[in-house]
Amino acid sequence: MAGKIITISSGKGGVGKTTTTANLGLGLAMLGERVICIDADIGLRNLDVMLGLENRIVYDIVNYIEGHCRLRQAMVRDKRFPELYLMPAAQTRDKNAISVSDMKRVAHEAAELADYVLIDSPAGIEQGFRYSVTPADLVLIVTNPEVASVRDADRVIGLLEAEGWAPAQLIINRIKPDLVRRGEMLDADTVLDLLAISLLGIVQEDPNILIASNRGQPVVLDDHSIAGQSFRNVARRLRGEDVPFEPLKSPSILQRIFGAR
Amino acid sequence: MNLLNRLLRRRDPSGQDIAAQRLRLVLTHDRANISPGILALLKDELIAVISRHLEIDAEKVQVNFTEDQRETRLVADIPLMQARHRRSSD
Repeated sequence: MAGKIITISSGKGGVGKTTTTANLGLGLAMLGERVICIDADIGLRNLDVMLGLENRIVYDIVNYIEGHCRLRQAMVRDKRFPELYLMPAAQTRDKNAISVSDMKRVAHEAAELADYVLIDSPAGIEQGFRYSVTPADLVLIVTNPEVASVRDADRVIGLLEAEGWAPAQLIINRIKPDLVRRGEMLDADTVLDLLAISLLGIVQEDPNILIASNRGQPVVLDDHSIAGQSFRNVARRLRGEDVPFEPLKSPSILQRIFGAR
Repeated sequence: MNLLNRLLRRRDPSGQDIAAQRLRLVLTHDRANISPGILALLKDELIAVISRHLEIDAEKVQVNFTEDQRETRLVADIPLMQARHRRSSD
């Protein structure tokens, strides 16, 4: 049976699409799933560094599409989980190097080899977005609880509905419990109410995410981090498990004094 | 000072409320693909058309969008002058 194709998208840049893709890819691999993460951000690849696999790349997705290598050669095996692969973007090309039908073909071929194919969509709603969402069975919309990113998320959801693309689920990223409590940040319920799609996860702001990405060891691998726990839960929900939403936690006084754990 | 600021600020709508309000408006216009300017124009034209047939209280006309989940409707609230007239002519 072919694996499920899931595209991570947002409209707005910088909300955490690539971080989410890396963490969900690893999170699913940790649960024993076979996963292929495709970096669809041609020209601005970053999923490789998030996953800590940048030194292992020989071929990329454009090399494969243009017939310069085999599919397996364009798949970089993860050093932690042998069933996790990255298909890197080409760094010296642009979005026009891939057509909608190219990506459809690659995604479906990858789905024959894996339980989950995660496609990290580029920001925007142009060509790169279109070829990323077309093959998807499910689109995960990543948003931050602030006006601009929720607005862009709504645009993407509207496009998905108008074009009859895959259903969308929401991940609210970078929520700050302190600010929500003080009434200075949109809470998850308001964002959900406005966007009117189903919620897959809430990930709170956590300095461990930056520390983890500096090292190429995504936060999902960190048993003690709050965001890591949230990503592990999202991965389980993706597999259909019924995992309750974790309550928002403020950092403890010690964590505040010493910074990140 | 800080405490005083906080106490004073409590009377204003919170950042959360302002963000939610602004988002609600901007999403409504985005979804309907109609700018606030066009909506004002539409309102004026509605008033003009309806005034040809009915006497309405143009000042109190309200034309707005309402949202129910992802469904948007245009709702026009147009009070008629009729009732008041009848009373005054009695």
